[in-house]
Amino acid sequence: MRRLRALACRLPGLFRKDRHDRELAAEIDSHLQLHIDDNLRAGMTPEQARRDALVKLGGLQPTLEACRERTTVPFVEHLLRDVRFAFRQLRKSPGFTCTAILMLALGMCASVAIFAFVDAALIKPLPYPNPNRLVGVYEQHLPQLARSNLSYLDYIDWKKLNKVFTALEVYNNTGFIVTTREGAQPSHAAFVSAGFFRALGVAPALGRDFYAGEDLPGAPHTVMLSHATWRNRYGGKPDVIGQTVTLDGVPYVVVGVLPREFHFAPVGAAEYWTTVDAASSCSVRRSCHNLFGVARLREGISVQAALADTRLIARQLERQYPGSNRGQGADVAPLTDVIVGDIRPILLVLLGGAGLLLLIACVNVSSLLLVRSESRRREMAVRSALGASRARLIGQFVAEGLVLVAAGSALGLASAAWTMQVLSRLINPDLLARMPFLQGQGLNVRVSAFACAIALLAAVLFAITPTLRLSFAQMREGLAEGSRGSAGNTWRRLGSKLVVVELATAMVLLVGAGLLGQSLYCLMHVYLGFQPDHLATVEVAAPDVTYGKDPQAIALGRRIVSQIASLPGVQSVGTTSLLPVSYNGNTDWIRFVGKPYNGEHNEVNERDVSSGYLRTLGAKPVRGRYFSDADDQTKPRVAVINQALARKYYPDEDPLGKQFGDDGLSPKSMRTIVGVVEDIREGSLDAEIWPAEYLPANQNPNTYFSLVVRTSQSPQSILPAVAAAIRQIDPGVVALGGTAMQERIADSQSAYLHRSAAWLVSGFAALALLLGVVGLYGVIAYSVGQRTREIGVRMALGAEPRAVYGLILKEAGWLTAAGIFAGIVGSLAVTTLMRKLLFGIESWDLPTLVAVAAVLAVAALLASYFPARRAASVNPVDALRAE
Amino acid sequence: MGTKTDVWQGTLALMVLKTLEALGPLHGYGIARRIEQTSGNRLSLNYGTLYPALLKLEQEGFIASTWGVSENHRKAKFYRLTRAGRKQVAKEARDWEQATAILARFLAPTQEIS
Repeated sequence: MRRLRALACRLPGLFRKDRHDRELAAEIDSHLQLHIDDNLRAGMTPEQARRDALVKLGGLQPTLEACRERTTVPFVEHLLRDVRFAFRQLRKSPGFTCTAILMLALGMCASVAIFAFVDAALIKPLPYPNPNRLVGVYEQHLPQLARSNLSYLDYIDWKKLNKVFTALEVYNNTGFIVTTREGAQPSHAAFVSAGFFRALGVAPALGRDFYAGEDLPGAPHTVMLSHATWRNRYGGKPDVIGQTVTLDGVPYVVVGVLPREFHFAPVGAAEYWTTVDAASSCSVRRSCHNLFGVARLREGISVQAALADTRLIARQLERQYPGSNRGQGADVAPLTDVIVGDIRPILLVLLGGAGLLLLIACVNVSSLLLVRSESRRREMAVRSALGASRARLIGQFVAEGLVLVAAGSALGLASAAWTMQVLSRLINPDLLARMPFLQGQGLNVRVSAFACAIALLAAVLFAITPTLRLSFAQMREGLAEGSRGSAGNTWRRLGSKLVVVELATAMVLLVGAGLLGQSLYCLMHVYLGFQPDHLATVEVAAPDVTYGKDPQAIALGRRIVSQIASLPGVQSVGTTSLLPVSYNGNTDWIRFVGKPYNGEHNEVNERDVSSGYLRTLGAKPVRGRYFSDADDQTKPRVAVINQALARKYYPDEDPLGKQFGDDGLSPKSMRTIVGVVEDIREGSLDAEIWPAEYLPANQNPNTYFSLVVRTSQSPQSILPAVAAAIRQIDPGVVALGGTAMQERIADSQSAYLHRSAAWLVSGFAALALLLGVVGLYGVIAYSVGQRTREIGVRMALGAEPRAVYGLILKEAGWLTAAGIFAGIVGSLAVTTLMRKLLFGIESWDLPTLVAVAAVLAVAALLASYFPARRAASVNPVDALRAE
Repeated sequence: MGTKTDVWQGTLALMVLKTLEALGPLHGYGIARRIEQTSGNRLSLNYGTLYPALLKLEQEGFIASTWGVSENHRKAKFYRLTRAGRKQVAKEARDWEQATAILARFLAPTQEIS
């Protein structure tokens, strides 16, 4: 305790040194005066008196020095002095200082920014109590289709039969048309089973949760609001509870508001949460899968045990309902995996990349520090000879390292904060809505601790590196003529190896960036099977209350098509249940007349399209005809199939005129194939083409469909007119997501994924190239510094500057060649691993490799040119005299 | 007067505190002279070593200092005991008595130990 107090008294001494010194001097002076007075009284002469006083004191300076050591903390005082000196030293070589600080800041910025995302996604727990006891529960339709939806009836059985969950609840996305004072508005919503929030452990911020049983048929319509919706749409007033909102034309009573921090990634930013409709046409069919499960594990039950139990139930249901449940397995996975599983490998790879970058940056700065310490060997030797202790000399380097790290870290942190903002703004908003856990990442405690740890490690590294060079023997050698320490060679060897690694890393990343860039190009130029230019797309949602019956929906479709077709600039119009380049899904299980059937699921994409749709898209007919508007419910059912379906199910026969239906071949599902169309890319750009059937919308009407409009002008310019036309037909019908087809494709998920990957890897590659080149410069410059005398001798003996250039460039050339060679080997390994990310290009792409090698060689040549020029301009006389 | 003894390690602080306890506020020179006198001039005290000791005691909060004027009108820094200092004197004095008592037993004639 007392010791602490004493230390606390001493610390201010660091800053008020002058005052302390003056006071001390005054005190000793007064002591001497008092003593001299006494001595004079005792009869000494003035000189004798003063001498005696000084002798008794033990000398003036030693006393002052002894006291001074008591008033401050010598270690810190020396450090401060060293830091000031370091500042002066660093200011004298701004080139080195800027390079070192920038490199550190770069490494720091990249790793901290990416760590913030890793923290937000992978380290921060999900915002529910005991999140590791929560699991996602799924059926498994096909062995390769894990995590497929549950059907309502299966869910009810699973809930009843399982012995492993304390709660099993379901959810899924949906959409509503909200009737507001400003008119009909689309909204994103979710439906859940009544116990959903209780299972998660989330209590509403306002109002109440759904009662148990509120999801059963006959229960009143109730809804809970997300916090954001409550604030934005209902002014954040508490009296919203009990109010009625109209969703899809049906009144719902608001019973609760969810907490602000609540999010559930699988449904994104759902505004309205209602209960699952147990009486809907889908819920009553066991083969209609439209739910996802979430469950809380019983105490002591592992995920594996839960999986085994649900599989058992699935097998039991398979026996019980062979028609609908044949081949329906079960899947259970931790909820964390469900939510962040997709992004985890990407984030970890990014973090690894950033870590590598940081490491390279640190190694480069150490290498530059060594180059500097080399040029200061004589200074150190002289200081050591004059009596500076080893600790003081080391302190000097430590101080310099600390100053660099402090400046680099400050800059790095500031830019990391900025980078995080930019990165999260770069993420597509839809994607961000599906990853709500990424919101609010920033410089929190964990991220700051990570940054501090990095800074500390860097500081230790920079303090140690030059110190290693500062052995005692070295110092004496430093004074000797033309000495060269063995440690210098050790570093040259180690440094060269590191540079080879750096160049190889840069090469690997550059090859990756090149391949990803090319595969992005291939992806954007993939054959679509239709003409995407001059196409506008608008999604249309009509309330079920008004248009739920088939005739009304058909009439609405016809009316919209004819109205929009009459707009100026419109060439043709069509509607589809799902736009192309969306996903393979919304499938139908079909059975062919006259072919053996064993209950297997012939899964094909089903698209309900208007008569003008395929023509409007510009799809190419192969055989037969398209539909006409007259193919409606009064006529026999017809279908157009794509080539993939024809190839797969009618390999050796003419599909025209053949019939197929649902898996029971029920009479009203039977349809006749009237045409074959060239494969249209319904799924994402990089997905394979699935068999697809195109059915007349007039025979299979929907209240939610998409319009495609072929225009003679730019597609964007037609959008306002289209929206206005739809509003004019019925203000209760919502038009949303108006965009040009080409834009839609460019923003589609696969394009987005490829583009982000290409950009990210290019970014890393550029940084790695920069760092590798700086590293090479460091090593070559160091080598030139060490060989100054040798070069001087050579030149004195008549070597031309050209020969000296050759000497240095040869050294750099070997390193670069080794780096490129290692890089090629590494690229082959890495690109084989990332084959899955590539599209339309081989991982072993010779032009890319050659181009990258050339870029690297040129950059390396530039980096070594500067030290080589310095070497060639060495004045032999100076070089020989100086050492 | 025999040969002079050096000040034992760690005893200077106690001497300073005890002196201040006995005489009240006093300047450095006064303390030094007083210690010499009390020891019957048998201690050889290097006055210079007194000042770091005073600084340490002040930092530990056992003594406090103020500038004042000496009896012969010289400006001098006066030290006085704080309350913590008073407690410390008692404690250290007790410790020393114990230590010397134990040592005395070792140095005493052998028959008394048995």
